[in-house]
Amino acid sequence: MNTGLTETGLFLDRVTIALDGREIVALTRRVAPGAVLTVMGPSGAGKSTLLAYVGGFLDPVFEAGGRAYVDDLEITALKPEDRHMGILFQDPLLFPHMSVGGNLLFALPQDVRGREARRARMCHALAGVGLAGLEDRDPATLSGGQKARVALARVLAAAPRALLLDEPFSKLDAALRQQMRELVFAKARESGLPVLLVTHDEADAKAAGGDIVKIGE
Amino acid sequence: MLSRLGPVFAIGLLTAPVAFGLAGTVLPAFGFLPALGGMRFSLAPLAALFAEPAIAASALMSLLTGLSTALVSLIAVMLFTAAWSGTRAFARVQHLISPLLSVPHAAAAFALAFLIAPSGLLIRMVSPELTGWHRPPDLLIVHDPMGLTMMAGLIVKEIPFLLLMTLAALPQVKPARTRTLIAAMGYGRIAGFVFGLWPQIYPQIRLPVFAVIAFATSVVDVAAILGPTTPPPLAVRLVGWMNDPDLSMRFLASAGALLQLAVTALAIGLWIGLEKLAARLRDRCAGAGLRLRADAPVRWAALAVMLLSALAIFAGLAALALWSVAGLWQFPDALPASFELRNWLRVLPHLLEPLRTTLIVALVSTAIATLIAILCLAREDEMGHPPGRGALALIYLPLIVPQVAFLFGLQLLFILIGSAATLTALILAHLVFVLPYAYLCLKDPWRAFDKRYDQLAAGLGKPAWRRFLSIRLPMMTRPILTVVAIGFSVSIGLYLPTVLIGAGRLTTITSEAVALASGGNRRVIGIYAFLQMMLPIIGFAVATLVPALIFRRFRDMQV
Repeated sequence: MNTGLTETGLFLDRVTIALDGREIVALTRRVAPGAVLTVMGPSGAGKSTLLAYVGGFLDPVFEAGGRAYVDDLEITALKPEDRHMGILFQDPLLFPHMSVGGNLLFALPQDVRGREARRARMCHALAGVGLAGLEDRDPATLSGGQKARVALARVLAAAPRALLLDEPFSKLDAALRQQMRELVFAKARESGLPVLLVTHDEADAKAAGGDIVKIGE
Repeated sequence: MLSRLGPVFAIGLLTAPVAFGLAGTVLPAFGFLPALGGMRFSLAPLAALFAEPAIAASALMSLLTGLSTALVSLIAVMLFTAAWSGTRAFARVQHLISPLLSVPHAAAAFALAFLIAPSGLLIRMVSPELTGWHRPPDLLIVHDPMGLTMMAGLIVKEIPFLLLMTLAALPQVKPARTRTLIAAMGYGRIAGFVFGLWPQIYPQIRLPVFAVIAFATSVVDVAAILGPTTPPPLAVRLVGWMNDPDLSMRFLASAGALLQLAVTALAIGLWIGLEKLAARLRDRCAGAGLRLRADAPVRWAALAVMLLSALAIFAGLAALALWSVAGLWQFPDALPASFELRNWLRVLPHLLEPLRTTLIVALVSTAIATLIAILCLAREDEMGHPPGRGALALIYLPLIVPQVAFLFGLQLLFILIGSAATLTALILAHLVFVLPYAYLCLKDPWRAFDKRYDQLAAGLGKPAWRRFLSIRLPMMTRPILTVVAIGFSVSIGLYLPTVLIGAGRLTTITSEAVALASGGNRRVIGIYAFLQMMLPIIGFAVATLVPALIFRRFRDMQV
């Protein structure tokens, strides 16, 4: 759990985001590897804006201050593609012009070399979310739950430094939602990834089990 | 990095040819053209212009053509959208009319001529049974002195254009919701639309309407095929002077181009006055709370006009195709007595050279235009906002300044730098007209792209160029190829740029077809016009089939 003493994990250091001079987010928090920080607030409160800031694609209309670190690395000094923040949105957003396996291969880091090795890693990642053997499928033919799993496998395959979750369970039906929550948080713990979750669903926060920050109230 | 060049190229290509072209037109109009010995400014060319017989009649014809074309086609589109949008009939008519946008103006004009001429398909269908005619009646339908046939030819072509522009603007005003709201107050369908939705739609299609006015006031190809001859509209006379072997006629032509510019400006000015008048009338009716619920006759009339305008072109195109393979076809037979390919075989050797030029110019100019449009849109993504109103007006510049007014000056410039009638010059001239369409057609699908795909890929560690090449471009394949097909069809249809910049040495299918108009050999005209119509269709077929093949395994890439 987050003791606040470790120097590892995701550290948001005096992060402030303002729109037209009005401050909408002000936050200093540390998220330990495998732990979840849940940011809650009504829609339009700037939850997703915080994720955009950490991910590196904040709309220029916002003014942002402060820094974000993963371990000792200041990620806010890096370009989005060098931050390696794995993002899950409400929608799975599988690339529609690639097979399921193609989606994962695209995500695998370049240093996994050799066709066979990459393919093995891809199949392993698919099996890890319970979808072994689906690599040649068109993503459009998967069920909603399968798509969500592929999206998770894809984001993990890229070996991210942290996970940014933008209400990733809100479009799943109730039974599936509980399953996906467990799977995502289990995978994050397994890989020791700090997780920043934004949601307006209390049940998400409860399942995440970590600290909760409320903004915009 | 590269995307920075997009707006630079776009602005350069849209403004420089128009600016230099206008300068090259205006200076000789005041007697200044050193290459031909005009070293001093004088009013002699203008004086010579106004001494030309019936020049005022020509100018008036151009003015009225522009205003009536815009008025009739806009009202037809407005009433049709008002009466039928959101219904199945609307969707059907939309599918019927959309392909007509890609039919070149000249081909549509020939189609109309082949349909309604005294010996055309329509009269053949009802003769001699209904009319008693065994010989084509001696009626001046095509080339009528009032220019009505010419206006009809322009209207049937501008209706699809304005309809598609309206359709693009429609979703932004949330029509279904507003329609329910206004209907609940007891307004008739048309009145509710005109009072409640049209005021928001019209500002978005205003520049396209101006483009229609500018085009119709200065049209040459349709006017040469359908328009009056005694006297012809201004632009037709201008082109005659511009291509006159007597070079001193260039001064007269320049003065005429200046008059053309004034006529188009006056037409747009009068139109703005009409807009104000119409708005006042609308406000008065809306303020009086006129419900106008008994609008059924108008609704059906609007549908009839739309169907008629589409069917006329389709029937005419069928007539063209028939003539191209017709053997003996005597009046009043509805069909040829025999069919043969001899016409095609005889024309084929003459076709190849223009066809080659047509394809090279269309493909190269479209490729460059699409590339620049993509770079401009990629640049917008980087900037985080679309261009302002000024930049958008710039896009329309080559469509709102009458072609003949700046192409003539451009032709002079190309002659001065010794590159007239080269492929490069012709491609450049086509590019000026293809680029606006490429940008305008790509911007909406481009902006509709879900940016989260890009953010997600960045999170996977992919640099910007990789995201662009692996995600954005493949996912945009279909709209990009559609834009290529549109650009291709625009270039195929261009007449004046080809005639003036190609200077008769480089010819395309369209310029050849229009040149045949006065000859009246229907079989040969049928062949050229048929090809003119087929080339864009082939373009669109390729644009549909290629992505369907590449992405045949991926369902979400179909549709």
